[in-house]
Amino acid sequence: MNSRIADRIATGVFSAFAAIITLVLAGLLGYILFHGLAQINLDFLTSPSSSYKAGGGIGPQLFNSFYILLITMIFTVPLGLGGGIYMAEYAKPGKITNIIRTSIEVLASLPSIVLGLFGLLVFVNLTGWGYSILSGALTLTIFNLPVMVRVCEDAIRSVPREQKEAGLALGLTHWHTIKTILVPSAFPTILTGAILASGRVFGEAAALLFTAGLTTPRLDFANWNPFSPDSPLNIFRPAETLAVHIWAVNSEGLIPDAREVADGASAVLIISVLLFNLFARWLGGVIHKRLTATK
Amino acid sequence: MNSQQSVRDRLIKKQKFNPELKGKGLVILSALLIIIATGAITIFLGQKGLQSFFINGLNPIEFLTSSDWHPLRAEAKGGPSYGALAFIFGSFAVTLLSALIAAPLGIGAAIFMTEIAPSWGKKVFLPIIELLVGIPSVVYGFIGLSVLVPFLRDTVGGLGFGLLAGMIVLSIMILPTVASIATDTLQSLPQSLRDASSAIGATRWQTISRVLIPAALPGLLTAVVLGMARAFGEALAVQMVIGNARSIPTSLTEPAATLTTIITLNMGHTTFGSIENNVLWSLALILLIMSFIFIVIIRYLSARRKY
Repeated sequence: MNSRIADRIATGVFSAFAAIITLVLAGLLGYILFHGLAQINLDFLTSPSSSYKAGGGIGPQLFNSFYILLITMIFTVPLGLGGGIYMAEYAKPGKITNIIRTSIEVLASLPSIVLGLFGLLVFVNLTGWGYSILSGALTLTIFNLPVMVRVCEDAIRSVPREQKEAGLALGLTHWHTIKTILVPSAFPTILTGAILASGRVFGEAAALLFTAGLTTPRLDFANWNPFSPDSPLNIFRPAETLAVHIWAVNSEGLIPDAREVADGASAVLIISVLLFNLFARWLGGVIHKRLTATK
Repeated sequence: MNSQQSVRDRLIKKQKFNPELKGKGLVILSALLIIIATGAITIFLGQKGLQSFFINGLNPIEFLTSSDWHPLRAEAKGGPSYGALAFIFGSFAVTLLSALIAAPLGIGAAIFMTEIAPSWGKKVFLPIIELLVGIPSVVYGFIGLSVLVPFLRDTVGGLGFGLLAGMIVLSIMILPTVASIATDTLQSLPQSLRDASSAIGATRWQTISRVLIPAALPGLLTAVVLGMARAFGEALAVQMVIGNARSIPTSLTEPAATLTTIITLNMGHTTFGSIENNVLWSLALILLIMSFIFIVIIRYLSARRKY
């Protein structure tokens, strides 16, 4: 077998690998959308879930997913921005910076179930909140923080040096330059990164299993008082999210139409994550065109 | 004098509290929070995980090497026993096996993207890989449960649940990680390597196998180890397809369990503070220590990268 034949075989094998991966993805997406889209209708999306009868929907779980995402982002974005600004502007090469970088790496590589267990220890038991939206959101903040810090740091570093130097040359202080020049310039990249991170958070289940819980109390969507126990806005109540619901429905196996509910919920989950990704890309493109006057 | 004073008051803004210090302080606080979070995770999980050895008096050697897991066995039948070997074995087995599939596929896809179709490969495949990453892990588990397990049951036999199902699901999940880091590594190899190789008459495959892969080896190993670290920590997707048995499986089609799956299953059933609960925290501590070991291995491999 001479080298030319070996080369052709190798090319074929690698192309086959690439084709296999494409087929796997197409099969996965096709399967979920095919089975799940049939389940999605307004009734499914808004009616409460049932624990043991057929015909339950995913209404509260869908709301819980979005609400926990919102609260997580409220915590993550300022902290990530602060950390990113520190790493990009204030960190001097030295031991403390190395420790911070190592910590970011460690946090990023920890399995999400380990973070969920930490959340159980600290945010559920130690603070006495029990399973609650707040515990889940704080756990997800820790989960999301490394990504957010990296995104913000890269975004601020990618602002051209001339902008920062111009600001300093005009007599602005360092912090003022950061606040008024660097952060607004980096804003599109940060926004894109935040939306992509939201997609990741939306599908996260292992970290929420023991922090936000597996149940949702009966919610009265007309009640907007965040302090009352059956208001959906109360952050101290347990909240089962969509991803956790898919797992619970398949593991506990009590409802007879578990397959259908999980199909529909998976389809909603995937479509939401896809929409987050597409929205992030589109928004980034639009803002970039506006800011750089490209046609 | 009076008009000068009021002019000065009008024109010069009063600094209430030095905003420079305030901004710097806020930012330093955020950075410190990251260190505090990492330290807190280690301390809290470590302290809680060691409770089963110090408070309940379990023997750590027996915990790590015995595969006899019966935490609820009655005293009459010999009392409860806590041997975690089956789960440690399950975790390692499913991680190594899934890396066996994901490594060739991922590195092969990376080679395809950078060498065989460099003009359009990345444009088509990077979005595909991003889509695979974006699918949540519970959905992988659910598809494994509803499609893969019946398929394996019909073709390979056994219950369908087991190491084989876990291995296939996990390899698809870690494939994007391996492929994207391998692509980065291969791309960062200097073009001069390829040029020199073709200048002496090597075919493309000879260049890839004898020049590029050896040069990129630390980076490729990093990619595989990162994938393995992800596979080791995966909980829900594996739990849905692996069958959750208590013993070491003897074949690929027998139900098994991993550290993550046993924690997921039993944490909700046990009461906080009881010995059954404490051993689960010890399992979590093993998980944390293994994650740290993976991080050290990855740092060591990354430091050896020449390109």
